[in-house]
Amino acid sequence: MSLWVDQCRPRSLEDLHYHHELSTRLRSLASSGDFPHMLFYGPSGAGKKTRITCTLRQLFGSGIEKLKIDQRIFLSPSKRKLEVNVVQSNFHIEITPSEAGNYDRVVIQELLKEIAQTQQVDLNAKQKFKVVIINEADSLSKDAQAALRRTMEKYMSNMRIILCANSTSRLIAPIKSRCLLMRVAAPNAEDMQAVMQHVSKRVGFDLPPDVASKIIDDSGGNLRKAILCLEALKMQSPDLSGALTIAKPDWETYCHKVADLIISEQSPARVMEVRQKFYELLSHCIPPTIILKQQTVADRVVERVDDAIKADVMHWAAVYEVRMRIGSKKIYHLEAWVVKVMSLYKHFFYDMDLTGFD
Amino acid sequence: MASFFNKPQAQTTKSTPKHVVDPSLQPWVEKYRPKTIDDVSAQEHTVAVLRKTLSSTNLPHMLFYGPPGTGKTSTILALARQLFGPDNFRNRVLELNASDERGISIVRDKIKNFARQTPRAQTASSDGKEYPCPPYKIIILDEADSMTQDAQGALRRIMENYARITRFCLEIANTHLLPTGSSNLWRRGCSKFRFTPLDHSSTSTRLTHVASKEGVEIDGPVIEALISTSAGDLRRAITYLQSAHRLSSSTQPPTQITPRDIQEIAGVVPDDAIQDFVQSIGIETDTDIHVDAIGKSPFEQIRNKVREIIREGYSATQILSQIHDMVVSHPTLNGKQKSNCALVFAEADKALCDGADEELWILEVALRIHKAVA
Repeated sequence: MSLWVDQCRPRSLEDLHYHHELSTRLRSLASSGDFPHMLFYGPSGAGKKTRITCTLRQLFGSGIEKLKIDQRIFLSPSKRKLEVNVVQSNFHIEITPSEAGNYDRVVIQELLKEIAQTQQVDLNAKQKFKVVIINEADSLSKDAQAALRRTMEKYMSNMRIILCANSTSRLIAPIKSRCLLMRVAAPNAEDMQAVMQHVSKRVGFDLPPDVASKIIDDSGGNLRKAILCLEALKMQSPDLSGALTIAKPDWETYCHKVADLIISEQSPARVMEVRQKFYELLSHCIPPTIILKQQTVADRVVERVDDAIKADVMHWAAVYEVRMRIGSKKIYHLEAWVVKVMSLYKHFFYDMDLTGFD
Repeated sequence: MASFFNKPQAQTTKSTPKHVVDPSLQPWVEKYRPKTIDDVSAQEHTVAVLRKTLSSTNLPHMLFYGPPGTGKTSTILALARQLFGPDNFRNRVLELNASDERGISIVRDKIKNFARQTPRAQTASSDGKEYPCPPYKIIILDEADSMTQDAQGALRRIMENYARITRFCLEIANTHLLPTGSSNLWRRGCSKFRFTPLDHSSTSTRLTHVASKEGVEIDGPVIEALISTSAGDLRRAITYLQSAHRLSSSTQPPTQITPRDIQEIAGVVPDDAIQDFVQSIGIETDTDIHVDAIGKSPFEQIRNKVREIIREGYSATQILSQIHDMVVSHPTLNGKQKSNCALVFAEADKALCDGADEELWILEVALRIHKAVA
């Protein structure tokens, strides 16, 4: 019994529910024989991965679904062992080089050269090339990206690369110019509504449209989240009637509590209290960026303060978020932001001049 | 019997030579690399100097610098080909780039070994042409600025020691990226050639040339779109053209390439989406898109717009540069407002380079511009 998300995942390009223009393009590219390197980008839960697997199926047929998982060991220049998980079929190989951290360049160089130098052995294969899928391409280091650029041109006859990224900002220009860019936008409300109805029909129940639209509002364009949420709701109340509350993850309610703490009192003691909660969140592996981002603490704070200081709160969130990326101790910057917000709030109430503190 | 087995084997090895790429699968950038240095687009000054070396058989160490896609690699490859001909090319030229391992060990072994070999005597060329084939070898180091510091240091001595029989050609994007010690040596010991971004007319001539060779029909607006999205980078322009051609020829029936296709391939945000966004943050545009502002605070409104545009999946740097273009050339904003906006853009660009969260920073930019122009 698998999750609905996996169970109802479209398997071929014909089954995809939205972005039909993109699907047509992919289909014609796959059948033309002149298949380029590609870069799929878009927000998470928009269906990048689904589209990639569908394209592969179109290219190679059903053989693509026989997957095996391997653990490969690479040696870094300083003879350290790096273990990387590799998912592969006869026709493609899928890696997440960011698993190797700083040494992702080694993984890219070794693996790609190895694949590029072996030709397709299976004579019945539809295509002469193999496909390499690189996940989380936007977290590749600059070195690894530089290593990719020449390989992409040189070994075009044996290999195609499909990159999968959330955004193209962190990719270097030479990589972008060597790939065909495929933008996968998040589905809009109608598209999501259609997909949810399809899923419910397939599983065998009727989904009232208003429940669906409630879930859609909550999911923010993330279809995976929406379907998971639907499944959870169905488990809770099998008939989907009455007042349904979409259960928020525990950490989200926890974040809201933190925000309320910040607003209700501004004092050093309160900062200590908030710090405890932040430690709790971080130790449960909630990425610190999420805490500063929307839908969690920052969002809640913004909701509850006056219009005049909303912009400032977000401004400092942005500033401290960058510092957090550059620095090494996340908690410092989170705390700095909390103190900043408290002082903003207090000054706003007592109507003091702030300019000296910036 | 033996001959029976040997024969077909010999044939197969001949019919499938190594490293030969089917020309239809080759990227056009490789396919249409200039064959001689006279084919190189735009860089007249560099070409004029290098042409002299063809007749004089003397060549200095060279440092090529300039933005990507301006023909650095093409020029040196074409020159080497003209100097040595196809047969000697392989044992006289060593090309190393960032996808090869280039740590200190490689400099010590591979480069040093290649540099110390005395060039072999000229063999008669198979295609019957005369090549100057001067008595030195060329080592091309592409993207030399991405070599490790140690490796760059080690290179200095090798360059001096073997200058008699080996010439180096270093290619870099920015001169300031070199470490000071070696860059001084590189600057003193090399003749420098600056490669400028391609101007409008030479890009368009080259693109039309490639298009006509490939039998692709493109018209004026498409070439304009290619030039404006590639900003003087010929490699990018040609790759975009090839991708657009792939897309348009693979649909049934084949369609014409439109400027919009080029923009989509280049990841450019459509004009109306950007205008809509810019208008919602309080900058007036000429198109009349009505923003309904009733019942919502400006903050809410901007935040919703930002979410919308991020959900479409556009990249933040692209959005940023397009808003920037719009603000800078805006007819009614005054100098002070524009300068304030420029500050915001600079900060946001730095933040995005440091890997900041895109949504947060686009929101930040939008809010601060809103404040600046209000």
